[in-house]
Amino acid sequence: MVKRKPPLPAKAHIRLVVNDEAVEASFAPHKTLLEILREDLGLTGTKHGCELGECGTCTVLLEGHPVLSCLVLGLACEGKHVRTVEGMRHGPDLHPLQEAFAELGAAQCGYCTPGILLTAEALLEANSAPTRDEIKLALSGNLCRCTGYIKIYEAVELAASRMRGDPTTPPEEAIYGRR
Amino acid sequence: MDDGRSPSRHTPPFRVIGTPRWKIDAAPKVTGETKFADDLALPRMLYAKILRSTEPHARVVRVDTSAAERMNGVRAVLTGAALPTPFGILPVSQDEHALAIDKVRFIGDPIAAVAASTEEIATDAANAIEVEYEQLATIASIEDAVASPEPRIHDYGPVGNFHKLIDVEFGDVDAGFSQSDYVREDLFFYEGNTHLPMEQHAALADWSADRKLTVWSSTQTPHYVHRALAKVLGLAPAHIRVIACPNGGGFGGKSDPFSHEIVVAKLAMLTGRPVKITLTREEVFYCHRGRHPTLMWVKTGVTNDGRIKGMHFRTLLDGGAYGSYGVASTYYTGALQTVTYQVERYKFQGARVFTNKAPCGPKRGHGTPQPRFALEIQMDKIAEALGQDPAELRLRHLAPPNALTANYLSIGSMGLGECIRKVVKASGWNERFRQLPDGRGLGLACSSYISGAGVAIYWNNMPHSGVQLKCDRGGGVTVFCGSTEIGQGSDSILAYIVAEILGIEPIDIRVVTADTDLTPVDLGSYSSRVTLMTGNAALQAAERAREIIGKAAAKKLEMSHDRIVFADRRVFDAQDPERGISFAEAVQLAEAAEGTVGTVGSYTPPNSAGKYRGAGVGPSPAYSYSAAVAEVEVDGDTGILRVPRIWIAHDAGRCINPVNVIGQVEGSVYMGLGEAIMEEMAYRGNRNVVHKIPSLLEYKSPTTLEMCDVVTYIVEDPDAKGPFGAKEVGQGPLLPVPPAIANAVYDAVGVRIDEIPITPDKVVKALKRKTAGQTPRFGPSAFPAVPWPETIHVPPPWEGGDGRAVEPVTAGTAFPEERQH
Repeated sequence: MVKRKPPLPAKAHIRLVVNDEAVEASFAPHKTLLEILREDLGLTGTKHGCELGECGTCTVLLEGHPVLSCLVLGLACEGKHVRTVEGMRHGPDLHPLQEAFAELGAAQCGYCTPGILLTAEALLEANSAPTRDEIKLALSGNLCRCTGYIKIYEAVELAASRMRGDPTTPPEEAIYGRR
Repeated sequence: MDDGRSPSRHTPPFRVIGTPRWKIDAAPKVTGETKFADDLALPRMLYAKILRSTEPHARVVRVDTSAAERMNGVRAVLTGAALPTPFGILPVSQDEHALAIDKVRFIGDPIAAVAASTEEIATDAANAIEVEYEQLATIASIEDAVASPEPRIHDYGPVGNFHKLIDVEFGDVDAGFSQSDYVREDLFFYEGNTHLPMEQHAALADWSADRKLTVWSSTQTPHYVHRALAKVLGLAPAHIRVIACPNGGGFGGKSDPFSHEIVVAKLAMLTGRPVKITLTREEVFYCHRGRHPTLMWVKTGVTNDGRIKGMHFRTLLDGGAYGSYGVASTYYTGALQTVTYQVERYKFQGARVFTNKAPCGPKRGHGTPQPRFALEIQMDKIAEALGQDPAELRLRHLAPPNALTANYLSIGSMGLGECIRKVVKASGWNERFRQLPDGRGLGLACSSYISGAGVAIYWNNMPHSGVQLKCDRGGGVTVFCGSTEIGQGSDSILAYIVAEILGIEPIDIRVVTADTDLTPVDLGSYSSRVTLMTGNAALQAAERAREIIGKAAAKKLEMSHDRIVFADRRVFDAQDPERGISFAEAVQLAEAAEGTVGTVGSYTPPNSAGKYRGAGVGPSPAYSYSAAVAEVEVDGDTGILRVPRIWIAHDAGRCINPVNVIGQVEGSVYMGLGEAIMEEMAYRGNRNVVHKIPSLLEYKSPTTLEMCDVVTYIVEDPDAKGPFGAKEVGQGPLLPVPPAIANAVYDAVGVRIDEIPITPDKVVKALKRKTAGQTPRFGPSAFPAVPWPETIHVPPPWEGGDGRAVEPVTAGTAFPEERQH
């Protein structure tokens, strides 16, 4: 039997606020926010597509701003507010963006969806009535391979409209195509 | 095998079918609750890493794992010796090993694997493994493979580095050319590209104390993974359970059994602990199985009004390092040319070569976007040469519905004409084609795709899809099916169809899918088969349940069974809706009368009309149709191409859920746009064949800023073979996009780009040639000499053929219309 040395106890420890809840996390100091959320805090709603900052899949909100959680070191999050897709629901109710995405099939495989939802939420926070071009620009760092983005634009527009208090129904063309 | 199902058997109005609604997994997906394979974790779980080849073609002389084995935290190290049995998706191409035995065939080929307590230790340990290679000459391209029979990449295949050679003729094409008023030959090249699913492949294996294996994987084909695991691990299939997690995008890239799935299973068996692997994005590029780079030569002869008298199609596919689906891919490059426009005589010669690159396989459209690109551009050239409008030309020569093609494909419903008319009208084609200012253009192309393959991957006469259905006393229904949700909505289809038949709501139905222990076999999410095949299986199971439940309800209500209606969660009298009982009560009555209420349904596609060698690829229960018009803007100085808008119409037979149909069309257009203008699997030009760009940043795919506007029209031409008339929608709408864009570039600036991707450098080169008075074209200039095998001769149906091959005859007989003269 080979005698093995136990690994060195080398964990970092931080306190942060995730989805309005104060939490603590202990982790190897090289770990990214993405890894801490998924592996140490059990929040697997945040996905990853490259872990190199290229695809936007792992986007979360840090202090209200979209960041690529695969490029943020956990150590940099001491005392910070983080929002993940798990924090979007209001109690049992879906966020209007989530509702609109479900309604229009803007989530197909659903893998890029959490990152896109949070990017869109930050956009609507800053601009309650974005134009189609403003939505495109805001989402230009989030790759989606399923939808061709169109249902995503339509869902963001639908949610924005409803969040402004307009009880909009989706355009017929988005659902049935042009007739 | 016609089951007598006709569209009239299920006619509107429907309660569920055709109504837009949430997919049943929409809420879990928008809340992040859906568990993809890498989201799973088990207690005591280890992490695996695979060491991959850094050489494109080499003998593996020595693999030294001693340093890795000594590292703290390493629990097991695996080399090819532990997994000597070969595997592969097709029975004829069992040419892969989970880990290299004696040879590596591309940069990225798996060699060894490690299981360790953390991913970091596993990575360090894999890097500590020493591999000694003895380099072999590299086969880098199609031309290289044809010219270099040695060294052989594999020791099977017809000759040299050819993997497959096909030569089949339906009628005498040369006679067809001699009857033609106009004959032309063209060369085309379609570059390879990859699926790029946002989810990296992941797999988790657990070997329980009772010596049973469970593997969770991001796979589109759990049944085929089940078979491969049993074969390579030497385990009884009954002791293996494969669960396909929802896929974070597949597009064909997760359809093969993969090395990493076998490796984690073996590591779990060796360590007695769960083992997970998640591939890096770079590794996903090496798994590949994407679009085959394909060189094509097409000779077509037409009459003055554009009738195709003969078509001779040659394809040469770069298969990469392994077989994968390649034999089927090769056949597919010759299969569907005949289902859009009437082709009187047809000859197909196809070849696939091995090269030392990541293996190619099935990507959305599997083997058909390449020939469709060639065919639709050639049609555009023919129309121009004949002085005809390309839309009119196509409309005049549509393949007829409910008929056999020259190569014995059985077309059912055929809505292509309506699709063409929709996009022509919407795009202002008649006023704008050839009339836009320089630099702007319109292009048209059409296509067709299968709704499931008529033949399974391995020969058997069992159903392609099975459903079990269980009715609960509370009125809930559970549907069990082996189908795999990859984002296309397959789980929802099961719920919608069962809800429609049983008169309940989709929310009342629990769907259990893709679990080889719990669900009956479905072959997987590929070849656009799921809606039609699982849909028909679910329909049968639900109708059998309705029969049992309806009988019990009729007895209780003291009325004849044929007056029973299922709707609004009730079972009632069609003539007196007040007279009825709840669905739950009817289930209870049925259970009291007959015992537990459970039914099964299954679907087997009709037999192929073709009986010749190769006739298994191409037949489908139903064919979808698409037509697209692309608008482009081309900068004459820089060659930069913009695609502001694409109009597309798709014949989906019947929309089960229209909003999902639109989503599939838009997604297909997006993927076709990427292939047309930017995506390519690019390898370094020297003979090292290192992938240039195995990353999401460098492999250019369309972002929101490149994506075009899409105007979608749905045409519903119900097909007798589809559930409620439904045909496929997930792949077909990709196909017309690349050729429509190429044709639009020609309309814009008068140059032919006969290869994709259509990048600015190619446009500029073609424009320079135009200015210099040379042929205004960019594309391949030669098709290498291929040692074609002896031609298989199959007379088309209208020449007295019965689908079987015959000895060649000299004189071709006339096409039926001509015989009438």
